[in-house]
Amino acid sequence: MSLLSVENLVVRHGLLQAVRGVSFKVERGETLALVGANGAGKTTLLRAIAGAHQLAAGRVLLDGADLTGVPSHRRVGMGIALVPEGRRLFVQMTVEENLLLGRTAGRSGDWSVDKVLEMFPNLKPRRHARTGHLSGGEQQATAIGRALMSNPDVLLLDEVSLGLSPLIVDRVYAALQGLIASGTTIILVEQDLNRALAVSDRVICMLEGRIALEGSSKEVSRDEVTKAYFGLHRKSTGSIPA
Amino acid sequence: MSNQIIQGILLGGYYALIACGLSFMFSVMRIINLAHGSLAIFAAYVLWLLASRFHVSPFLGLLIVLPLMAAIGWALQRFLLERSARGGALLPILTTFGLAIVIDNMLFEQFGADTRSLAPYIGSLSYDSWEWPGSIYVGKLAVIMFATAVILLGGLQLFLTRTRLGRSIRATSEDPDTAGLVGVDARRANAIAAAIAMVTVGLAGAFLGMRATFDPYAGAPQLLFAFEAAVIGGAGSLWGTLIGGIVLALAQTVGAQVHPQGFLIGGHAVFLVVLFVRLSTSGLGLRGLLRLPSRSAS
Repeated sequence: MSLLSVENLVVRHGLLQAVRGVSFKVERGETLALVGANGAGKTTLLRAIAGAHQLAAGRVLLDGADLTGVPSHRRVGMGIALVPEGRRLFVQMTVEENLLLGRTAGRSGDWSVDKVLEMFPNLKPRRHARTGHLSGGEQQATAIGRALMSNPDVLLLDEVSLGLSPLIVDRVYAALQGLIASGTTIILVEQDLNRALAVSDRVICMLEGRIALEGSSKEVSRDEVTKAYFGLHRKSTGSIPA
Repeated sequence: MSNQIIQGILLGGYYALIACGLSFMFSVMRIINLAHGSLAIFAAYVLWLLASRFHVSPFLGLLIVLPLMAAIGWALQRFLLERSARGGALLPILTTFGLAIVIDNMLFEQFGADTRSLAPYIGSLSYDSWEWPGSIYVGKLAVIMFATAVILLGGLQLFLTRTRLGRSIRATSEDPDTAGLVGVDARRANAIAAAIAMVTVGLAGAFLGMRATFDPYAGAPQLLFAFEAAVIGGAGSLWGTLIGGIVLALAQTVGAQVHPQGFLIGGHAVFLVVLFVRLSTSGLGLRGLLRLPSRSAS
C-alpha cells in the first residue's frame, strides 16, 4: 500500500479551478518533485494535502486512512507536515519556540530541538533570537526544522529555495539530502528543475492544475520536463473532469 | 503627594486586572469585547448572591465563580464570537455590544436598580490599612488587588512563554492558519484564551465589588477604564497593561487633586494624549493604536 494516495483531487479558489482531477501515489521513503510554472496548482495541491484547502472533489489517503474532512492540525498528528511557501514563521517567537511548536501534535520520534540545531548549525547561535530577525536562510532552516519536529511520515516542502541566495540554497539542499538518505518521504515543490530532478526519485510536472508529465527523475529528460512545463507536451495520468 | 502617588499606583492594579482580559482577548482573537465590563459586573453579582443568600465568603466564592467565568468564556468563543468573526471585524463588536445590553438588562430584571457591594462580606478588609512611615495609610485590599494583578500578569506571561498551550495561543494570535499547519488546534486555543480572559474578568469583578458599589449598569464605566488602560499600555504587552493601569490611575489621582471633579477627567485627558501620540506615530487604524504586530509572518 502506498504511503500517500491522491485520488482525483479537485480544488477551487472561488470560480477558479486550481487543481483539476489530479491523482498520484507516493511510496514510503520516496522523494517526489512537483514542478510547473507559477499558477500551475503546485502550492494549492500541497496545501490541500496538508488540509489547508477544502477539496471540491477527490480524496487524500495516508497509509490507507481517508483524510477527507480531517482538519490541518489533526493531519500533522497523523504524520503530514508542510513547510509552507514563504516560511510563514511566527516572527514574534524565537527559533526555539518555533521549533517547539512543531511538537504540538505530540507524535513520538527522534526529532528534537538539539537534533534540528545539529542539522542546521547556523541556527545554534540564533536559538533564542526572534525569527523575524533572522536571514532568509536561517528562516528556511527554522521552517524545515519546525516541520521535522512533528516527526512526520510525509514532509511537504513548498519552494524551499525561493528568495534565497545560491549559497544558502546549496546548504538547504545539503540538509535535505541528509533527510532523503535517512528515508524520509518527501514531496518537494521546486521551480529549479535541475535541483528538483537531482534530488527526487520521481517528478510530476503540472500545468494549469493538471498533471502534464509524470515519470522517474532518472528517465525523463530535462527537455521533456521543459516541454511539459510550457505546455508543449502532455501526458496526464490523472482522470480529468470535463 | 507621595501618599497620592502610592494610592494611584495601587488603584492601577485594579485597572490592570480589568484591562488584562480585554487586552488578552484582543491580542489573541482580535475581538474587542464590549461586554467586558458587563461580564465583570455579572461576576460581582454572582459573588454577591453567594455571599448574601448562602453566606459564602467572596474569596471562597471565587472557587465557584472563576470556573463559571472560564466556562462562559469558552462557550462565548465557541458558540458566539467564533461564528460572528466569520462575518468580518465589525460583527463581533456588534455581537458583544448586544451581549452587554442583554447582560445589563438581565441583571436589572433579576436584581433591580439597587446598588450592591461585597464589602460587607469581607469584614474589616474593606477598610483596614497599614500605616507606613510619613503617615501614609495603605489599604490592605488595595495591596491585595495590586499583588493579585502582578501575580496574574506574571503568571500569564510565564504561561504564554513556558508552556506548550501558551505557545499555541501565541502562535494562533500571530497566524491562525499556519498554527493549524504545525499542529495547533486554533479553535481550541482561542476558546482557552477566551476562558482565561473571563477568569481575569471574574477576578476584576470580585475586586470591584469589594472596593466599591455596583449596579446592573456599572459595566460601561469599567469597560471604559479597561479600554483606556489597555490603550495607554499597549494591548500587545501584558506588563504594558499594568503600566497603562498605573498611568491611568495616577492621572485620575492627580486630576482629583487639581479639582474635586477632576478624577475622571484626568484619566480621560491622559488617555486622549496617548491616543493622539499613537495615532500620529503609528499611523491610523486600530492596529497602530493598540501597537499590535501584523498577523502575517515573514
